[in-house]
Amino acid sequence: MGPSAALGATVGRRSFLAGAITVVPFAAHATPDALAAAVKEVTGGSPVHEGKVKLDIPPLVENGNAVPLTVKVDSPMTPDDHVKAIHVFNEKNPQPHVFNAWLSPANGRALVSTRIKLADSQKVVAIAETSTGEFWSAHTDVIVTIAACVEDVT
Amino acid sequence: MANVLVSAPKTAKKGQVVEIKALIMHVMETGFRPGTNGRIIPRNIIQDFSATWNGREIFRMKMSPAIAANPFVSFSAVASESGTIAFRWSGDEGFLAEHQVAITVT
Repeated sequence: MGPSAALGATVGRRSFLAGAITVVPFAAHATPDALAAAVKEVTGGSPVHEGKVKLDIPPLVENGNAVPLTVKVDSPMTPDDHVKAIHVFNEKNPQPHVFNAWLSPANGRALVSTRIKLADSQKVVAIAETSTGEFWSAHTDVIVTIAACVEDVT
Repeated sequence: MANVLVSAPKTAKKGQVVEIKALIMHVMETGFRPGTNGRIIPRNIIQDFSATWNGREIFRMKMSPAIAANPFVSFSAVASESGTIAFRWSGDEGFLAEHQVAITVT
């Protein structure tokens, strides 16, 4: 007799079952709302334009544990006009953040590559912040057949 | 000391844009996965990665649990002067790794 069974006895079987169904077994996953909130944290509410950013990620991945991702931004990378930062977010991992990278004219090209984890088929968003205070973005929908970070396989 | 693999050209022409790749061995445990005993495995990730060229920061990245195990990062840099490119990874549980490569700019 666990504490939940005792609870069931006091609140009645039907309402107990209804409650049990809504219990989420793991920590809440990032939602489109969390994604929007994370984006707003970076942009501070400034408008985000589509374009200039190229988000290179396979549209269909077999293994979500290591998904290659490249973000390239069309920018002259001069002291007057360069990409200051590249932020990448996702929609359905436990957290919306993937990475933030800070760049400068010393990079010559606004280009960052890495490998990420995807817990589900979802949207991945890249946002570039320019030195002129503009925000540009690109997004891709990725289908994942084997999700990352589900359980310990070791 | 962690296992680090860095790829950067040994020589470059001044003003040339070079590609730098850095890989480090690390579990990048997310802190969201239950282990075999059913308990959540505590988070253990690299949080920050930075690269400096002769002490001047050229690249910095803040990582989240969504970065794959054995984090790989590639970026570019303008070859400005001969010297060293230094890499630094830091994270949970006091993790710290540093690596340097030499580059000659002509």
